[in-house]
Amino acid sequence: MAPDTGAEVVLRLDGITKRFGPLVANDGISFELRKGEVIALLGENGAGKTTLMNILFGHYTAEGGTVEVFGRALPPGHPRAALDAGVGMVHQHFTLADNMTVLENILLGTRPLLSPRLGAGAARAKVAKLSRDFGLAVDPDARVGNLSVGERQRVEILKALYRDARILILDEPTAVLTPQESAALFGTLRKAVAQGLSVIFISHKLGEVMEISSRVLVLRHGKLAGEVATAKTDRHRLAEMMVGAEIAAPRLSDRAPGPALLTLSNVDTPRRGSVPGLSGVNLTLRAGQITGLAGVSGNGQAALAALIGGLERPVHGGMELHGEVPGDWSPRAALAAGIARIPEDRHKTGTVSDFSLTENAILESYDEAPYSRKGWMDWRAAEGFARKIIETYDVRCPGPSARIRLLSGGNMQKLILGRVLEAGPKIILANQPVRGLDIGAVTFVQNRLIAARDEGAAVLLISEDLDEVMALSDVIHVIYEGRLSPAFPRGTMTPAGLGQWMAGHGFGGGAHAA
Amino acid sequence: MRLEPIANPSALRSIGLPAGALALTVLVASLLALIAGANPFATLGLILKGAAGSKFALLETLNRATPLIFTGLAVAVAFRAKLWNIGAEAQLYAGAIVTVLLGTGALPLPSALLIPGIALAAMLAGALVLLGPVLLKTRLGVDEVVTTLLFNFIMLLFVSWLLEGPMKDPMGMGWPKSPALEKAARLPRIVEGLRLHWGFALATLSALAVWVIQTRTTLGYEIRAVGLNAEAARFAGIPVGRVMVKTALLSGGLAALAGFSEVAGLKGNLTLDLSPGFGYTGIIVAMLALLNPLGVVVSAIFVAGVFVGADSMSRAAGVPTYIADILMATALLTMVLALKLTRLKVRWR
Amino acid sequence: MEILDILLTASFWAAAVRIASPLIFATLGELICERAGVLNLGIEGIMVIGAFAGWMTVYLGGGLWTGVLVAMLAGMLFGLLHATLTVPFGLSQHVVGLGVTLLATVTASFAYRLSLPEVTSPPKIEPFQPFAIPGLSQVPLIGPAFFAQTPLTYLAFALIALVSIVLYRTPLGLALRAAGENPASVEAQGLSVTAIRMGAVIVGSGLMAIGGAFLTMSAFSSFFFEMVNGRGWICIALVVFGAWKPGKAALGALLFAAFDALQVRLQQTPMGAVVPYQVFLMVPYILSILALVLMSRRAEVPAALMIPFNKGER
Repeated sequence: MAPDTGAEVVLRLDGITKRFGPLVANDGISFELRKGEVIALLGENGAGKTTLMNILFGHYTAEGGTVEVFGRALPPGHPRAALDAGVGMVHQHFTLADNMTVLENILLGTRPLLSPRLGAGAARAKVAKLSRDFGLAVDPDARVGNLSVGERQRVEILKALYRDARILILDEPTAVLTPQESAALFGTLRKAVAQGLSVIFISHKLGEVMEISSRVLVLRHGKLAGEVATAKTDRHRLAEMMVGAEIAAPRLSDRAPGPALLTLSNVDTPRRGSVPGLSGVNLTLRAGQITGLAGVSGNGQAALAALIGGLERPVHGGMELHGEVPGDWSPRAALAAGIARIPEDRHKTGTVSDFSLTENAILESYDEAPYSRKGWMDWRAAEGFARKIIETYDVRCPGPSARIRLLSGGNMQKLILGRVLEAGPKIILANQPVRGLDIGAVTFVQNRLIAARDEGAAVLLISEDLDEVMALSDVIHVIYEGRLSPAFPRGTMTPAGLGQWMAGHGFGGGAHAA
Repeated sequence: MRLEPIANPSALRSIGLPAGALALTVLVASLLALIAGANPFATLGLILKGAAGSKFALLETLNRATPLIFTGLAVAVAFRAKLWNIGAEAQLYAGAIVTVLLGTGALPLPSALLIPGIALAAMLAGALVLLGPVLLKTRLGVDEVVTTLLFNFIMLLFVSWLLEGPMKDPMGMGWPKSPALEKAARLPRIVEGLRLHWGFALATLSALAVWVIQTRTTLGYEIRAVGLNAEAARFAGIPVGRVMVKTALLSGGLAALAGFSEVAGLKGNLTLDLSPGFGYTGIIVAMLALLNPLGVVVSAIFVAGVFVGADSMSRAAGVPTYIADILMATALLTMVLALKLTRLKVRWR
Repeated sequence: MEILDILLTASFWAAAVRIASPLIFATLGELICERAGVLNLGIEGIMVIGAFAGWMTVYLGGGLWTGVLVAMLAGMLFGLLHATLTVPFGLSQHVVGLGVTLLATVTASFAYRLSLPEVTSPPKIEPFQPFAIPGLSQVPLIGPAFFAQTPLTYLAFALIALVSIVLYRTPLGLALRAAGENPASVEAQGLSVTAIRMGAVIVGSGLMAIGGAFLTMSAFSSFFFEMVNGRGWICIALVVFGAWKPGKAALGALLFAAFDALQVRLQQTPMGAVVPYQVFLMVPYILSILALVLMSRRAEVPAALMIPFNKGER
């Protein structure tokens, strides 16, 4: 099936099968990777891409199948064996120790543990050479905790190259980058391929798959749904292979914006550890309008979400809600002001994993009637509410008394959506609302947000996915180092133009490229 | 080795593993008896007989269980909120001090008013002792494990000073002990003639009350949410700090009742050896009960039985009584492991 | 007045260094565990078992260094138990730590009663003797304080340097620090988080046990049930006070020991006649709490401390 380019086969996967309980994450997957090619592993969230690569790299062990690198079988379950065989992996969640320097992170695990020396001198020279050769500028003595997301990714790639990787796996590498940084990454990958490396590029974004790969493998529901040379296909056909139908982009009807419901003027919030605060932020959220917030992660999105969600107070500047300055400011005050909050992390902040669906459904209203009267809980009323959400929002679950940790991400998000939307909010803070969801859930969540907007809610959509922001927003702001760009109305900016702002150009006064 | 979660553990797993943990504990006991040169079966038999072999033994076990129910509840309540109160020992002594303070003639009240008054004051004292470490935790982020542990040592020194100074019994012939409680302040026996005081009934009722609080009240919901995921609780608007403080007041108060009931129900005065580590044993009691307040009553009786049984066995068979402590520590460790394994499957590569 | 007089005597500083020695062993042990991501609350009990095992070995006729070795091995055994339960099985480090402390403490009590059923006061052993380093010990004030100590004290101070070097200058230290910060980084570079963390807990526990052995073999020459008396918990505070850095933590131990030595001496002064001795004895515990409060906002906690790592779990 693979086009025989005559190049040497460097990696061969044969019949990989992996189960998590009843879920078959990978079902008999086989493919080959040749020297000097970039293959894209395409598939929507939950299709099994990351699982497959984790098996290849030895983080997981498969129930069946074999992995061969340069003609030799890789023992399952040993990242070390994969590394030694020349496989390098850049994980979606960076695997760096923040308390150590770039060089220390690169050196980690490269020498026998009991050897008396680090060998930092020779390593420094090698890292400098790799940085030059591959266009990966980074200060070897910087503490990783102080680096930007783009720099961290360069460290991850350097780690692999330092170990003389011949096969490079990148898991959703552009998810956290600006368009310009993505372009630089593609430059690095082209250099790598020119030097005879082979690349597996995992993505669910069709555009970049078309740009960088020579061959595309499509995963769907854990199975290899197709394999095609990039030159012989197009975005539409790939989309169809990926989800079974062409993806319908969400549609925004034209709608005149309503009054300002929330206004921030010149707001500063404090820095919290490595999370930057806001500085001089001006923002207006209007009724019947989706305001999109674009930006590279870690640039103050968390601070803005914390502020609007009631977890943070401005140290400077003013906030007006429905035309009034709120008295005290807390999550409760935010809820009372009709702010619905969809948190960034469903598992850590959105739900209590060991609580039932019922207990999670009332998390934000547990102390109000009818769920609580004079300090006593009414569990029957609470369960009724949970049942209502389950029905209205199509939450697939064993029942309201099941622990929520058993639910898929999409169903978990639907419960959160029901919890916050059933209160009839005026303002909706949606922080990464579709990250990690499969296409069905993505469409569901996005349509609900659009419906709320059409009914007159003001929506703030925070996302690192520029495409998503551009498709769903009436106006767009870019956030960079805690500062906000002017509002760009829908259709007035190109991705490249927003990318410039995401990299800090345009902010003036001390702004610099990341 | 990897662990993988099991969605719905089988009954065999949920019952078999904890049973296995207990079996392992018994095995350790047998081994220790062998090492001590005694017959394991005889040793175990003597422990059982000493704990429950007669009416006297049984009542002794229930008496010993009383403070353990209180400290076990204190730990269970706190651990439920992931508040690591290891200072039940200090809170127990705080309760005991107040009991002596108010029960030696300071309050000229009839029993029916005096005893509840003392109990409430004791609870308040215990609650206040825990309040310090908890405020340090919620306000400054100081880990409460170490501070509550250190408070135990400070409290013992404080008691030692009291018993050699202001609270010294003038008739004590130099022994560091407090004067005895007046009759009106003593907890009566539940049934006349049987050596079991009302402290045991109070402990059992407290367990019931804690269970109701945890499952039926808004505070209980808050405590469980904070304990399971404080970040989500804070995000949802639950006042995490305030819930921690409420939990601490409840926990400290319960631990103090152990001191109250020991002094007012059993000993009649305060000495430095009032508690042979009831505060620490409370952790074992609570963990064996899976932090369930009703379970605490059962596990406290079990733990007390082992200690009482070991005391009498030691006299008969010559195995050091410390065998009971080893058993309990072993039971604690094997039980937490067993419980983890009911929810996780071990996969060897 | 009196305080100044005390501070200028060599015997005061010699006492401070002596008091600091067991704390340094145990603090370094705890620091190694925590740097790898494991809080070891077994420390108190492991010090007890170390104190007992070392002393018992010598009492039964073993050499002093054999005693130290046996103490260390006993500590490592309990460290292995702690590590097995907390690392691969990922059990609560609080509960397991306290359980190990209880188990180790009562194991010592049981073994003591078993071997010496009749005695009322524990027998003494011939402990380590001070060894004056020629030349250095003649330096006024500093000489007798630092250079006329027992070999175990010299070992404690050598360990500060050794632990620092290993932690910051070797591949092992790199892996250890990474395991406590982001275990995924260790795993992704082909190392075993489980092995590193278990190793750290076992070695750290060995050091704690030597700290305990110092008490019976270098300081008191007998074993009492209550002799560790919260020193383990104090060492946990010292690790925080030292911001998880070996040098700072050891300095904290020395400072702490100086206060302890001072309170003992103040008891002998006219002040001691007025203030109850219990107040003096409270000083170490209060100081520990103060140290924790002082450092609460500043210290940089290892990011993965107390967070189990399980690669198979989803």
